Amino acid sequence: MVTTRLGAASDQLASIEIEGLTKRFGAFTAVDNVSFKVRKGEVLGFLGPNGAGKSTTMRMLAGFMIPTAGTAHIEGHDVQTDSVAARRVLGYLPEGAPTYPEMSVEGFLRFCARVRGFSGSELTDRVDHALGLTTLQGVRLQAVETLSKGFKRRVGLAQALLHDPAVLVLDEPTDGMDPNQKHQVRKLIRSMAPDKAIIISTHILEEVDAVCTRAIVLSAGRIVADATPQELAGWHPSGELDEVFRALTMEGEAE
Amino acid sequence: MSKTLTIADRELRAYFATPVATVFIVIFLVLQGAMTFNLGQFFDRGQADLNPFFTFIPWVFLLLIPAITMRLWAEERRLGTIELLLTLPITQGQAVLGKFLAAWAFCAIALLLTFPFVIAVNILGSPDNGVIASGYLGCLLVAGAFLSVGAAMSAVTRNQVIAFVLAVAICFLFAVASNPIVNDFLSANIPALGEFTRRIAVTDRFTNFTRGVIALRDLIYFATFIGFFLFLNTVLVDQRKAD
Repeated sequence: MVTTRLGAASDQLASIEIEGLTKRFGAFTAVDNVSFKVRKGEVLGFLGPNGAGKSTTMRMLAGFMIPTAGTAHIEGHDVQTDSVAARRVLGYLPEGAPTYPEMSVEGFLRFCARVRGFSGSELTDRVDHALGLTTLQGVRLQAVETLSKGFKRRVGLAQALLHDPAVLVLDEPTDGMDPNQKHQVRKLIRSMAPDKAIIISTHILEEVDAVCTRAIVLSAGRIVADATPQELAGWHPSGELDEVFRALTMEGEAE
Repeated sequence: MSKTLTIADRELRAYFATPVATVFIVIFLVLQGAMTFNLGQFFDRGQADLNPFFTFIPWVFLLLIPAITMRLWAEERRLGTIELLLTLPITQGQAVLGKFLAAWAFCAIALLLTFPFVIAVNILGSPDNGVIASGYLGCLLVAGAFLSVGAAMSAVTRNQVIAFVLAVAICFLFAVASNPIVNDFLSANIPALGEFTRRIAVTDRFTNFTRGVIALRDLIYFATFIGFFLFLNTVLVDQRKAD
């Protein structure tokens, strides 16, 4: 059932390469032999029911979780053996967008920028730019803990965009946002898409239609589909993405 | 190094952004004052030195330092920020060292605030200020040693109470290992072990500093001690970060 989509860009070096990635917790296999590549210009939507292994795969890709087997490369850097170099070109929004609650929005972003090696006026420019992209200027001096969920998520997003990374891995970037905020973030992702390789995880299927050029459906730790959203929708007579999603993931759960 | 210092800087500011810093410093100064004046008979001794002050400080540290360190990694886990911190382009060693330096700098600030003791003995008599300085260096090293143990224990578990109890227990072992009650028993029964425990104990080394003796081997001891536990901390963070 797995269709690989190489297309015209097959000769171009992939920005993200995942090869046989597996994670076991005791007897439970969270991610089972997952392989795929993402090239510059692609926005990959990572779909799947809760517990399908989306976040676990992203954590391994970000070098946070050690895989049981398999490898992951970001811009040619192995995330295990050359992890600092891999993380330098990666913008990562962890699940739940964690931030230090007592810090101000600006203080937090300045901290991240300094750790990323920026200083002086460049640091200020980077922080201002990220605040602008995520429209956080109005709350820059507010403590993160006083912000609403949607704002917190945008602070996490701003942190991932600070260094204009070649690869973006965003775990549920629009979770907890109101429709206007969602619209803004999707617009932002689309505008960045041409010169980045982006993975976003979501269980909002309309989001896949709105921003993704390609979708991978995970079920019980395995890839059950890898196609464009249009192709995917065509797999069910109704042409509805959520019908396809249900058919694919119920199968996985029944196994 | 600048990345390590950036992390240390953020961490140190975080102490003062919450009541942790105030509570710790106040309790530390009150305990240390009460011990020195009452139990240590600071005035009745009629000697212008800080020996009563230095005698009790390892025991006050034993109780209070694990209270600082227990949140070091556990808090990052609770907030989920450990995932953010460790996916920034830094090595785990830099994160461990940054956190340790912040906690150490915080202890140094608390120690600095005991300056009225130094002023008092200087008004009351003419103490050997070189001995006092060396005693303070010893205090800082004991604090560093206990901090390194506590930080490693904080990485072992996500439960802060367990981290606290483990840290107190291990620091206690290193504090009493050279105590005659422990040591005489061991020396009489297992001579080799008695010798060993005396060498690894923190208190004897610290006493040398309070007497004004700064020996290279004691400095090497503390450096090795702290280095070992920081290394252990790095390994533990690496193994358990995603748990």
